[in-house]
Amino acid sequence: MTEPMLSVKDLHAYYGKSHVLRGVNLEIMPGEVIALLGRNGVGRSTTAKAIMGEVAPKGEITFRGEPIAGLESHKIARMGLGYVPEERDIFPTMTVRQNLLMGVKDTRNPGRHTIDDMLDMFPNLRARADNQAGVLSGGEKQMLTMCRTLMGDPELIIIDEPTEGLAPKIVQQIGDMIVEIAKTGVAILLVEQKLSIALRIAHRVYVMGHGEIVYGGTPADFATRDDVRAEWLEV
Amino acid sequence: METLVFGLLNGVSYGLLLFMLSSGLTLIFSMMGVLNFAHASFYMLGAYFAFTISGSSSFWIALFLAPVLVGLIGAAVERYGLRRVHPNGHVAELLFTFGLAYLIEEVVKIVYGKTSVDYRVPDLLNFAAFEVYGASFPAYRLFVIVIAIAMLIGLWYLLKKTRAGLIIQAALSHPHMVGHLGHNVPLIFMTVFGIGCALAGLAGVMAGNIFVTDPAMAIQMGPIVFVVVVVGGIGSLEGAFVASLVIGLLQNLAVGINASFADIFGFIGLSELSEVGRINISSLAPVLPFLLLVLILIFRPQGLMGEKEL
Repeated sequence: MTEPMLSVKDLHAYYGKSHVLRGVNLEIMPGEVIALLGRNGVGRSTTAKAIMGEVAPKGEITFRGEPIAGLESHKIARMGLGYVPEERDIFPTMTVRQNLLMGVKDTRNPGRHTIDDMLDMFPNLRARADNQAGVLSGGEKQMLTMCRTLMGDPELIIIDEPTEGLAPKIVQQIGDMIVEIAKTGVAILLVEQKLSIALRIAHRVYVMGHGEIVYGGTPADFATRDDVRAEWLEV
Repeated sequence: METLVFGLLNGVSYGLLLFMLSSGLTLIFSMMGVLNFAHASFYMLGAYFAFTISGSSSFWIALFLAPVLVGLIGAAVERYGLRRVHPNGHVAELLFTFGLAYLIEEVVKIVYGKTSVDYRVPDLLNFAAFEVYGASFPAYRLFVIVIAIAMLIGLWYLLKKTRAGLIIQAALSHPHMVGHLGHNVPLIFMTVFGIGCALAGLAGVMAGNIFVTDPAMAIQMGPIVFVVVVVGGIGSLEGAFVASLVIGLLQNLAVGINASFADIFGFIGLSELSEVGRINISSLAPVLPFLLLVLILIFRPQGLMGEKEL
């Protein structure tokens, strides 16, 4: 059996005195698409942030066998772990093209993807390649942040709530885009609230509740588990 | 007319010197989120280092070496000082830079004494560049203008036309995201602080021999540079450039106005013998930057070209 690409064991995190993550365990295999589901406030985004070092993590996090808990963010990124935060942190005064260029870690040793590849894959962005990124729509900004992270040639991308606040038609497009990214062999940890998109693209599903993983299984198994949905997801 | 031409030329050269100082400070402000009180101290160090180096070798070596040394000291201050203070918040950072300013001043007094040192304009540039209406304009001031414009073009090219510059700008506004894209933000911050200090040092090299090189020069220049940064708009290089020139011109042109309040407001009965009537416009020159600061904070708190309010 191959080793997991990302392994999280007994991960705890705190916001001040409040104990937000209470022993999260999860694994992602190379090329796998994982959906991390759960209601608001159960610690899904905090899990992403703790892995990426935005929130101080306590516990064991290994990426390709190397411990990464508490490493500086650029070191984690350079190991091949990409992060698309919930805030869609584009650089608003730069053009779309310049934003994509920012994603390249080392120009002497660029990754598999070129700016043109990105613009070919996502024609919406090509039409706006020389516009300031600040004027893009919410969906376009989301596409841009994902493409920008891809430019750094990651082997795993953590995507936090990519469809938050977007119109249903755009949600569909973002879903298609994540499928496209997964086809390139990149593993994905998708932090999502919308079941439809998660079940469409994920190989495996984790459900979080009260700061820990309460369910893990395939979408087919998950579809039969009405109890899990009722207890941990439905509002 | 002669006064106007000289006021303009001196105003531009002084304004460009202010820009050398304020460009670094405004970049450092974007990075730290607070004003660096010690910024003008690096300007002073530039002047003193230039004095020492030009004494033992030549001004031309000092022109290159002094800013480099000041930049290295600045980088070390960021790496071993500010970076450790930063997690404790803005007040701690502000107090740190405040203490640093005094520390540098006292060390300068111990090493160089409390009075001014004899740092002079190099002989090669100690002549009149041209004459206007019978008065001469010093070649060294022209040299200051040339160096400042070269620095301006260099900085603009670095920040706007290179990928390194784009990364620096992105790191100043979105440090976390830039880190997640694999760029070493702490290293970028140290470099920005070092370059900012080196530019202040360069201003010191250029200005120390026009004005006076003494331990009070930092405290005299500091407030003016803060005014430039606030008036221009925090974090805006374009704003700092415009504000530097405005303040440079305002001060130098006001100095040249040989009129009193009574001359201007005599028509409403203001006598030349009254306290207010006696005030000469030229004596108001030092007040003008601070008047501008107060007005800007009241009516346009984001500064001329800034985006964020203070």
